[in-house]
Amino acid sequence: MEYLDFEIPVKELEAQIEKAKILQQESDTDMSKNIDELTARLVKTRKDISKKLTAWQRVQLSRHPNRPYTLSYINAMTEGNFLELFGDRGVKDDKAMIGGWGMLGKESVMFIGQQKGVNTKMRQYRNFGMANPEGYRKALRLMKMAEKFNKPVVALIDTPGAFPGLEAEERGQGEAIARNIMEMARLKVPIICIIIGEGASGGAIGIGVGDRVLMLENTWYSVISPESCSSILWRSWDYKEVAAEALKLTAKDMLKNKLIDGVISEPLGGAHVNPIEMFETVRKTILSELRKLKKLPPEKLVEQRINKFCEMGVFNG
Amino acid sequence: MGWFKRSKDGITTNTVDKKETPEGLWHKCPKCKVIVSVDDNKANLYVCANCGHHGRINAKEYFQILFDDGKFTELDADLVSQDPLKFEDTKKYADRLKSTIAKTGLNDAVSSAYGKLNGKDITIAAMNFNFIGGSMGSVVGEKIARAMDHSLKHKIPFLMISKSGGARMMEAAFSLMQMAKTSAKIALLDDAKIPYISLLTDPTTGGVTASFAMLGDINIAEPNALIGFAGPRVVKETIGKELPEGFQTSEFLVEKGFLDFIVERKDLKKKITQFLTAVE
Repeated sequence: MEYLDFEIPVKELEAQIEKAKILQQESDTDMSKNIDELTARLVKTRKDISKKLTAWQRVQLSRHPNRPYTLSYINAMTEGNFLELFGDRGVKDDKAMIGGWGMLGKESVMFIGQQKGVNTKMRQYRNFGMANPEGYRKALRLMKMAEKFNKPVVALIDTPGAFPGLEAEERGQGEAIARNIMEMARLKVPIICIIIGEGASGGAIGIGVGDRVLMLENTWYSVISPESCSSILWRSWDYKEVAAEALKLTAKDMLKNKLIDGVISEPLGGAHVNPIEMFETVRKTILSELRKLKKLPPEKLVEQRINKFCEMGVFNG
Repeated sequence: MGWFKRSKDGITTNTVDKKETPEGLWHKCPKCKVIVSVDDNKANLYVCANCGHHGRINAKEYFQILFDDGKFTELDADLVSQDPLKFEDTKKYADRLKSTIAKTGLNDAVSSAYGKLNGKDITIAAMNFNFIGGSMGSVVGEKIARAMDHSLKHKIPFLMISKSGGARMMEAAFSLMQMAKTSAKIALLDDAKIPYISLLTDPTTGGVTASFAMLGDINIAEPNALIGFAGPRVVKETIGKELPEGFQTSEFLVEKGFLDFIVERKDLKKKITQFLTAVE
């Protein structure tokens, strides 16, 4: 387990509990009272930390090295009943964007989502979750397939941005994202989008137009990352904390501004502390939302979706 | 040895005594530096007669060029931004807005209007780059959406003239959602079989490229415009190399298959008419 700077008190308590457990085993002395007390303190510490989380700390949690990624969610939620599909039928298969058919109980669902890597080698293989145009086109191909077979789409979003490379430009990154947004707006099946980590700008909204757009508690979603915002508006990398506050990028703020439809609670301490619990919460949320959405005829669904996005924005006059 | 000798040191001329070239009479091409009169520049549609450089112009100039006899009715001119996030970087967004409105005489980075183009009814929305880099916030998204609504309601073609650095950071996720709003409206135009022409001009990048600018029935561009998703500086940093000559220009995008053709400003009205006649 890795720890962020503000998680250090947790780390110390966990180490003490671990020590007490070992001592109990080795010396056959009853440490249970001690362990209970430490565990209570651990819970309290976690509660105290999560109560005081700043916007920047939530950004850090959204990138926590132990945070579960898209495929972990899908594999857990479908209990391994997942048929992954590959390729955009034009250029290649983008490893930063995954997708395929999964079963949520009796419900057949088309999953799409950005995938980050779990170690250095895999991070490179997955291009750090930054999709190229072919990734967005692969996602669109799969969404169209879902529409053809009248099955819902679930998009799990976790990206530091669409890849800003030379070939991405040559192959039309802007066009690929634009087309996805337009086609998602009028797709005739239910779409649920969930930000499970980072929701960076065009890279996120490129698979982010849904009947329900939900954010996990410790994620961020905005037009730019706090670091880049700091660099552009303050002309320095040192204002990322200030930028994170100013951008109002947390789940709570996004809901308050009516730019998302709901917040999904994370286990105490964050998704990485108890991934199993997290997967189960997300699975239940998807199923309960799908039950509601499936009652709507496709025309109504599309109309409501388009109207929802058309109402976003604040102005005078 | 000079011919003239300075008899007094440190001679200066008072500002009032200086003979300045009067403002607003001459225009210097930013590319080839050739100077012409402002009137000649306007008569040549703000295109350099020497090198063909297409000068950056605002919505009002495009409206003059495109609408018959320069006659049009503007839509939603009064919409102004509300600063929903009370955003502040080195300067308050509210102050930035106030000073930009005063300086440009515009209310935001897009203007929209309807009128006739070679006798055909049309709605046009065009961006103003001098308003915070033509960036898209709530007002830009809403005005474009409403202009498209005008086209939908009257079943007339829609022309979008893009010129923007992308989404407006000071409105954060509100800006981001304008990509969804405008693109969703284009889906409605598309379903209603209403022609949508997207003209990309220098520069068109970021969230504008990744939404309405790339979704035309035809995407066309003025010559040598910068068009891309990521800005050239970001791409350069990503690849850690110099960018190839002509990267992210209109000509590059035509070659890569993302534009239908390049159009010089003098031919713009004719080409649009040609397309509209073909599809009506």
